[in-house]
Amino acid sequence: MVRSALFAAVVAAALGLASPLYAQSTVYIPAILELSGAGAVSGTNFRDGMLMAIDEVNAKGGILGRKIKTDLLDTQSDAGISRAQLQKVLDNSPYVVLGPVFSGSVLVDMLLTQQAEIPEIVGGEAAAITQKGDPYVFRTSFGQQFSMPKIANYIRDGIKAKTVAVLWVNNDFGKGGRDNFVKEMAARNIKVVADVSTESGQVDFAADVVKLKAANADAIFVYTNEEESARFLREAKKQGITAPLIGETTLLGQKVIELAQGAAEGVHGHVGLTVDAPIPAVKDFAERFKKRFNYLCDHNGIKGYTAVYIIKYVTEKIGKFDSKLFAETLHGLTITPKDEPGVLMEVSFDKNGDLDRESFLGEVVNGQQKIVAILPKLGK
Amino acid sequence: MTSFVQLLVSGLATGAIYALIAVGFTLVWKTSQTINFAQGEFVMLPAFFVLAAMDAGAPFWLAAAIGIALSVVILGLLFKVAIVDPMLKYGVLPLVISTIALSLFLKEGAKDFYSALGQPFPALVPATDIRVLGTVVSAQSLAVLAVALVTIAALHVLLNKTRLGRAMQATAQNPTLARILGIPVQRMILLTFLINGALVAIASILVSPIYLAKFTNGETLGMAAFIAAIIGGFNEVRGAIFGGIILGVLDNLSAAYISSQYRGAFPLLILVAVILVRPHGLLGRAEERTI
Repeated sequence: MVRSALFAAVVAAALGLASPLYAQSTVYIPAILELSGAGAVSGTNFRDGMLMAIDEVNAKGGILGRKIKTDLLDTQSDAGISRAQLQKVLDNSPYVVLGPVFSGSVLVDMLLTQQAEIPEIVGGEAAAITQKGDPYVFRTSFGQQFSMPKIANYIRDGIKAKTVAVLWVNNDFGKGGRDNFVKEMAARNIKVVADVSTESGQVDFAADVVKLKAANADAIFVYTNEEESARFLREAKKQGITAPLIGETTLLGQKVIELAQGAAEGVHGHVGLTVDAPIPAVKDFAERFKKRFNYLCDHNGIKGYTAVYIIKYVTEKIGKFDSKLFAETLHGLTITPKDEPGVLMEVSFDKNGDLDRESFLGEVVNGQQKIVAILPKLGK
Repeated sequence: MTSFVQLLVSGLATGAIYALIAVGFTLVWKTSQTINFAQGEFVMLPAFFVLAAMDAGAPFWLAAAIGIALSVVILGLLFKVAIVDPMLKYGVLPLVISTIALSLFLKEGAKDFYSALGQPFPALVPATDIRVLGTVVSAQSLAVLAVALVTIAALHVLLNKTRLGRAMQATAQNPTLARILGIPVQRMILLTFLINGALVAIASILVSPIYLAKFTNGETLGMAAFIAAIIGGFNEVRGAIFGGIILGVLDNLSAAYISSQYRGAFPLLILVAVILVRPHGLLGRAEERTI
């Protein structure tokens, strides 16, 4: 009996020692993502890109000898649930948090990560995200305040439109985009002849398309999320809209092209990130992603993938796992593919957490996104 | 004028789908006093039966037939035997709560077992345009409207022009008297559930090409059909049809000509107005309670 009690005590002591030892051999980087609901397309792409990068990094020994340990928490595309999920992971002292993608959820979560002094690398594009003075939030794609001027220039110089109609989704992402877009149109003397708001998760676009047709604009700018974009494009084709449909990354995304079933043909616009970029590293990533997950990812997959490698690069640069130092170091930093191949393209971060990178003009041709021009970094 | 006609046709098509779903609500209520809050999910699920059959290699027409058959068996027979019959003896409220639980189960089940993402669904006809009275209208909207109207017409013939249909109506009006007259009441009730299973499957096949097949579709459709049934009259099949059509058309026209930002509010405003002015619905019968 004494021997049994002694054995049990030794096992308990070993388990007690193992726990902190295991923790020291891993670094906790959880992800709060839209895995269901209106944002499921964005969130699942981001997740899969992220998982692929984590597996690659761990296969090579992790970051500074520590393997990445992650949890995937579903926000259900709801800001309130996102906040609750984030609170759960903050209780476990993460090093960096990845996601969400939906701007509404990001804006809510930022308050918590700022209080906890934990960097958050997000997929959101709403301008407001980097305008609140939060030193702990970082983007993985252009903010609207950077992408809209590029689109506006394309509408003025490429399409040569004098009037434009805008259709946008009534959430933080859509409102921010619409406001920035209208501002850029005014600055270029292009008249906005129709301003149509739609709801997140909306299924019927008949009335909205009728309004757009009646406006008779030279071009129509469409700024909604993935599934709504597909539904809108199908309705626009059904009702025979002939004005050029212009979008920003989402509208030309692979999932939208697939869901629209031919209705996306001829759509064009600015693309911040795309697997169709004429860049060997990006094409290689796209092939490996397709081989692993059996589908072609959209720009959110690239966001998730590069986010993990940004964490790796900065952590190795500072030489330790210090969340506060991580955030300080990333501000003003430029990472090239030579420094860290996993970032795929040269990227620079400013003091607000916005990034600058090359971008593209694209068009949907024969069911594929085709890049027609490369636009340089704004900083050059 | 062209826009108005296009909106009207599109609204009629949407309204016809709401009508199919609302008729199912009404039939099941009339025969068994069951308010099925999972009716929206009953419309969502058959699309996934069809997609699963197509993933297994079946052509669309066969997959659709399989989807309808599975819907009749699972959402008709199994629903009645496994949920309605055991719960009904405890009263309406336990049954209502059971159907709410069922709707959550079906929604999460579709998400976990198939996909959280919207899935493209084959349309009955290609996305082309047709000229009708000098106006270009969508062939898909016309096809949806035609199929829905044929289904409703067939149901009307069944219920009013056949012995079986009259037996079902007798069961709905007075089950005790129907039993005395020799009508197999339980069989009639079962038939109602099976018909509802077929109706929701047809509605699913019509609506999924437009909405995409997604696990959240049931929320919107169920709410719209419930409102349509109340507006038209929950105890009258023709009321459900009328309510569905009116709701589809007014929703489209109000979004285009009044405000798209508040389009979600218009059906609810109509519902409140009808309840205040004519609580049994526009075509419903006032029911008296016997003491």
